Amino acid sequence: MAKSIGQEFVKGLWEEVPPFRLVLGLCPALAVTKSMANGIGMGLATTFVLFFSNLLVSTLRGVIPPKVRIACFIIVIATFVTMVELLMQAFTYRLFLQLGIFIPLIVVNCVVLGRSEAFAYKRGVLHSMADGLGIGIGFTLALGALGGVRELIGSGTILGHSVFGASFEPFAFMVEAPGAFVGLGLMLAFMNLVGKK
Amino acid sequence: MDYIVLAISAILVNNILLAQYLGNCPFLGTSKKMETAVGMAFAVVFVLVMAGLITWIVNAFVLVPLKLEYLRTIGFILVIASLVQFVEMFLKKSIPALYAGLGIFLPLITTNCAVMGVCLINVNEEYTFIQALVSSFAYAVGFGLALILFAGVREKVLLARVPRPLQDTSIALVTAGIISLAFYAFKGMV
Repeated sequence: MAKSIGQEFVKGLWEEVPPFRLVLGLCPALAVTKSMANGIGMGLATTFVLFFSNLLVSTLRGVIPPKVRIACFIIVIATFVTMVELLMQAFTYRLFLQLGIFIPLIVVNCVVLGRSEAFAYKRGVLHSMADGLGIGIGFTLALGALGGVRELIGSGTILGHSVFGASFEPFAFMVEAPGAFVGLGLMLAFMNLVGKK
Repeated sequence: MDYIVLAISAILVNNILLAQYLGNCPFLGTSKKMETAVGMAFAVVFVLVMAGLITWIVNAFVLVPLKLEYLRTIGFILVIASLVQFVEMFLKKSIPALYAGLGIFLPLITTNCAVMGVCLINVNEEYTFIQALVSSFAYAVGFGLALILFAGVREKVLLARVPRPLQDTSIALVTAGIISLAFYAFKGMV
């Protein structure tokens, strides 16, 4: 069943949104969502890589031999990750420091490789671009939402602005490692609850 | 003495899965059964130690002297991908029993961010060669420990009655959170 370009874009926002529907790309989702801003920043960096790697892989899909395709995908992805890394170092240095080793690690984010393998290698350029953009934005929204929840409960702020006032005692569990797992698990449960009628 | 501290910190305090959040995809993917968890744990120990050493050498003797540090991401992933491929071929020919045991987990390791992550940590922390060796091994052991513990718990959870929306991945993540809380108690030990 062929979908239109618009539908390929929209499916990334809800139907196949990582890391909830496709349980891929968990590591960045857990690690950088201590605050909403970090989650969104990470999401946007991943979107950039997804969009351009999908574009390039689908453009080159006639040239890349099937046997070494994974290696080729990884090189394409690594190239764009290096670009993002250098761009972020130049323009958003603070975010670059906060995200730390998770920016180079976009290269091993299974979402990106998964889209190259499952979608871009088989479909046309425009569809792949829409798919990359859609999945990327879905990932950004998911990371932003998880970051928002953790930041709100864990430090009582949203994007650095205090919400509950000074009397609020932050529930620091949520911004630490265990809270990341529990928070993501509960959000997944919530998505299941809302998604399945 | 320093090496022991480094090892303990890497295995328990900064456990790669539960405190540094690296390698979570195989963590959830291969922990449904004890057998696969053990296979994955051994494959990771094997590859991670080799990858840690080789990327250290590549970084110190190729990238830094040529001032090509910005190519680290590409260089490391290429080293890891080809290493995994090489190890796979080597094991298939010379130690078929081990190859059969590790099975499909070997190729999967290429996209295991724990491997790449530890290589980057080794370089970022400016470890010496021996320190890189110890830390790679200790992180890998920490990975295996957490994975096997988690698989044990998860086999029990399978038998429990879980509310429908929480089933499968969701309850697995909450379980991982609780195990992570246990490991959290090691904070401040080193």
